[in-house]
Amino acid sequence: MSPRKWDKVATTVLYMISVFIIAVLAFLLLYILISGLPHVTWHFITGRSSSFAAGGGIGIQLFNSLYLLILSMLISIPLSLGAGIYLSEYAPKNWLTDLIRNMIEILSSLPSVVVGLFGFLVFSINMKLGFSILSGALALTVFNLPLLTRKVEDSLQAVHYTQREAGYALGLSRWETVIHVVVPSALPGILTGMILGAGRVFGEAAALIYTAGQSSPPLDFTNWNPTYIASPLNPLRSAETLAVHIWKINSEGIIPDASAVSAGASAILILFVLLFNFAARYFGNKLYRHLTGARERG
Amino acid sequence: MEKYDRSDRYLKQLDDGQHEIALATKDLHVSYGEKEAIHGVSLDFERFKITALIGASGSGKSTYLRSLNRMNDNISGTKVTGQIMYRGLDVNSNQIDVYEMRKHIGMVFQQPNPFAKSIYDNITFAPKRHGEHHKKVLDEMVETTLKQAGLWDQVKDDLKQSALALSGGQQQRLCIARAIAMKPDILLLDEPASVLDPISTATLEDTLLQLKENYTIIIVTHNMQQAARVSDYTAFFHLGDALEYDETRKIFTRPKIKATEDYVSGHFG
Repeated sequence: MSPRKWDKVATTVLYMISVFIIAVLAFLLLYILISGLPHVTWHFITGRSSSFAAGGGIGIQLFNSLYLLILSMLISIPLSLGAGIYLSEYAPKNWLTDLIRNMIEILSSLPSVVVGLFGFLVFSINMKLGFSILSGALALTVFNLPLLTRKVEDSLQAVHYTQREAGYALGLSRWETVIHVVVPSALPGILTGMILGAGRVFGEAAALIYTAGQSSPPLDFTNWNPTYIASPLNPLRSAETLAVHIWKINSEGIIPDASAVSAGASAILILFVLLFNFAARYFGNKLYRHLTGARERG
Repeated sequence: MEKYDRSDRYLKQLDDGQHEIALATKDLHVSYGEKEAIHGVSLDFERFKITALIGASGSGKSTYLRSLNRMNDNISGTKVTGQIMYRGLDVNSNQIDVYEMRKHIGMVFQQPNPFAKSIYDNITFAPKRHGEHHKKVLDEMVETTLKQAGLWDQVKDDLKQSALALSGGQQQRLCIARAIAMKPDILLLDEPASVLDPISTATLEDTLLQLKENYTIIIVTHNMQQAARVSDYTAFFHLGDALEYDETRKIFTRPKIKATEDYVSGHFG
């Protein structure tokens, strides 16, 4: 066969593979949305779940998921930024930093159920945090940190070294150059990493079952004092998240409308992940334009 | 390449009291790891003149230039010995505040490297970091430096535009404007025209000739016509040594060293 023909064959094959992957994803997405959305009502989204009767909602679980997400991102974003900046901009190249990079790599491929059991032992038992949002947030940090750090480091590394030289040549220190030149240039990449991390955290169940727990105490949505035991913001209360709820009603749920609740909850979960993605992309572009003065991202 | 006798040198001495010296190196060695790239170069650079550094690829001219404001500090394993005298101070000593020094010895690189910021911010960013916050002063600085760099007329209506949207030649002139906004004494240029088209190159050369009024310029170039057109002095580098240093017209008309003659007449390069 001539190179031209080979090229055509290769293009066709690659094209078909892409179409196949997109079709699978689209099918999954549509299937979840179509089977779930009919069950979604305002009452379903905001209402309390029920243990035995039909007609329960997912309000508490949704709130828990969002709260846990925010808390774990509050912990992991500064840590990953610090670690990523250090590894990319400051760390000397030697066996120690290579070892750290390798360990981060290994950590990022740790199965989430292992992270969950680790979190259970360390945070819930040893640190006596019990089944709590804080335990969950810390477990999610362990789960998420390697990936975020790696992403921050990669995004910073992708900024051309001539940008750093430009800063140095103007009499700027390394720190000034990193913070005002390199990080802004890398921000779209860093942000994408954070979004993906947030999506992973939001959909995570296995790491949370033994850390944040599988139930929530009766919450008093009129008291937002984080130290009050029934306060929604209390970080030391247990919290069943949306993903854990889906797992639970499917594995041991005894409510008669388990499949409907699970379908509806899955649809909401997917919608939120999509929402994060679009919103963060929008704000990321806006931020990039603001930082660079560019009108279009080119 | 022909082997040349590297002890055969002619280096014009400028520290005779008749020339004002802006910068001088004395026996400057640069090595990367085990390999020495510059084998002891001593040159004097006259104030408010353009000095061109020419030589084949690998002759060490860029390495030499980059050591003048210690840009090589950032490449691990680089060692620079010898003296770089600037205003009676040895730039190559540990006591020197490199960041402060680089405000006085600015640099423009081979690849245009504007920040991913607006044109305005590209110029004002570093001065702001160094404490200049008066809007009026900054506005004036932007206008003056862009005019000096020959870019003002093309961008004056759109200073908030991203610098990344400019053409390569415009970006390079912006980088020059950015460098002179720091009001350096000395401007080091590392093959600034190598990525530019002939028209942008011509504009850049005009710009350099104007800048000469207020700045001491040292430029590395591959382009011998360019060296001949813009510079007052030329140093010829060969395999890590400066073999000949003289007034530019002498280098290009009556070189004293065989290697220089062969290089400027295009026998190797």
